[in-house]
Amino acid sequence: MKRVVPLLWLLVIATVPLWLRDQYFLHVTITTAIFIIAAMSLNLLLGYTGQLSLGHVAFFGIGAYASALTTLGFNVELPGNFTVVHTPWPAVVGFFMGVMVAGLSGYAIGKLSFKVRGAYFVIVTISFAEVTRLVALNWVELTQGPLALTNIPPYTLWIPGIGEYEFWNKTAYYYLVAVVGLLAYVIIKRLVNSRIGRAMVALKENESLAGSVGIDVTRYLVLAAVVSAAMAGAAGSLYAHYVKIIDPDIFLFIYTVTMVIMVITGGKGTLAGPIVGGVIFGFMPVIVRSFAAPAVQWILYGALMIAIVFVLPQGIVPAIERWAANWRRPRAAGDAVVLAGQKVREE
Amino acid sequence: MDELLQHLVNALILGSTYALLGIGLTLIFGIMRVVNFTHGELYALGAYAVFFLEVSLGVNFFLALVLAVIVGCAVGAAIEFVLLRPLLDADIDTTMLVMIGAWIVMQNTELLYWGGVSKAVMTPFPDEPLQIGPVFVSWLRLFVLVVALILIGATYALINRTKLGKAMRATFQDRDTAALMGVNIKGIYTATFAIGSGLAAAAGALLGPVFLVTPSMGDLASLKAFAIVILGGLGNITGATLGGFILAFVEEIGAGYISSGYRDAMGFLIIIIVLLFKPTGLFARAERIG
Repeated sequence: MKRVVPLLWLLVIATVPLWLRDQYFLHVTITTAIFIIAAMSLNLLLGYTGQLSLGHVAFFGIGAYASALTTLGFNVELPGNFTVVHTPWPAVVGFFMGVMVAGLSGYAIGKLSFKVRGAYFVIVTISFAEVTRLVALNWVELTQGPLALTNIPPYTLWIPGIGEYEFWNKTAYYYLVAVVGLLAYVIIKRLVNSRIGRAMVALKENESLAGSVGIDVTRYLVLAAVVSAAMAGAAGSLYAHYVKIIDPDIFLFIYTVTMVIMVITGGKGTLAGPIVGGVIFGFMPVIVRSFAAPAVQWILYGALMIAIVFVLPQGIVPAIERWAANWRRPRAAGDAVVLAGQKVREE
Repeated sequence: MDELLQHLVNALILGSTYALLGIGLTLIFGIMRVVNFTHGELYALGAYAVFFLEVSLGVNFFLALVLAVIVGCAVGAAIEFVLLRPLLDADIDTTMLVMIGAWIVMQNTELLYWGGVSKAVMTPFPDEPLQIGPVFVSWLRLFVLVVALILIGATYALINRTKLGKAMRATFQDRDTAALMGVNIKGIYTATFAIGSGLAAAAGALLGPVFLVTPSMGDLASLKAFAIVILGGLGNITGATLGGFILAFVEEIGAGYISSGYRDAMGFLIIIIVLLFKPTGLFARAERIG
């Protein structure tokens, strides 16, 4: 059973383009999957280390811009009569540049912002995202500012037997995103189930206690920030080469909020949480759009966010797990065990 | 030199409204330990209230200003009563998420009701500016400065001279001891949130006629208020007042002499620099930081 369930899920993911024939729904699936990757990466910080980072969209945007600029090339004059000319590179190199640049900024911001906690940390991360947005808006020479980077070429891969393959059509792109998503999932899963993951959870539960038993708190936090940022950068690159146009609005705070809602609705600190939340909030706009204005959709988002905090503070996945645990365990085995288990979870 | 003088005067006027915003936010944080993401929306609400009352209902401009502040207080009290009171003992991240949700709801309700197009508010002040030496100041901006300074003074008096202020300061220092001494903590929280919101609405009502009124005006206001409060140290009222003026000066000078495109980035750069070197803020007293 333990083996069968993941295989079933893999089968579902692998066959989506076969039964989902509608191109619009496939498009929504792809963007949702990209956002799920970003939400998973945020979950590493939010759920496992317990740091409410509200600047996550910055890494997504940095990944998107770095990848697009690597692929498009640029010509920038720096102060002191330096001119940096970059000739276009293949989009796949752009992807790795996006991951790398986002990871590096994750390192820099981690080093900077983990000096503070709580409200200060939240505000620093928001400020960082806002600064990146303003740079993208004003550094017109590099980013084209509000005119946006357009005609971002698709990824090309050299596949043996087929030759040069361009990821133009949606089905191919779906599989590409699915592979990256699975990879991200596996990386996070292995990370949180390792020594490092246990250290992260330990410092979330009680930072000074974790420090006292020899866990280098800042080191693990920065590590989480780098992995998380790099993954968000990968999602950003996937997004840029999919929609083929990016502008500074990619850095808007509302996208961070979307990721946060996905994570807390699904269940922060669980592997499946961001996926469940991502699917809900990825497809909800499609349904809501059919009967209401975008503003109404956002009002619903906000109201849901409040409702989740009040009704299901742990999120959907832990609630289902708890319910399943109660259902599976026979009553005769002793209610005390169940109650004890519940109590630990609630704490 | 004249140009610099003009920038300084502009900064003084802008700084007075920033100080209002900052004081409101820092009061709420200091006393309630809530990072109020709706602050910018209450600012926007103040501006919309003036627009709605004056342009749609034909109320006198000055009366509209007063009513806008009252609306801000009432909405703030309602937010506190409905959303924050049940979460009295929740941790700071939980209330932050709720406040973000409330912020999204408020902003999009404004968008839905008033639309995305900027609104202009008419004022009874003459168009031609007042000239003092080499400096030009519009009558409206001068009025904004005077009212903002009066409100800052009134807030100080409220905090330092009244019984309510005394109870607020007691709650600020030690919630549990204050409660033991008979302070109605829940009432203080509602009052604090209402006053903080009223100050935000006042800043919006004053700046709405100077700039334009748009649904997204609150975003930047929230972020700037955070910057001001970080500058002054969370929970520090004098710090927030000075922080407001400092942010305005840095923005004015930065926009005037470096690049106007990065005007709004100045605040965030200040935050990052301050937190690098003095994480408790420029004017923090250690015992006031939680």
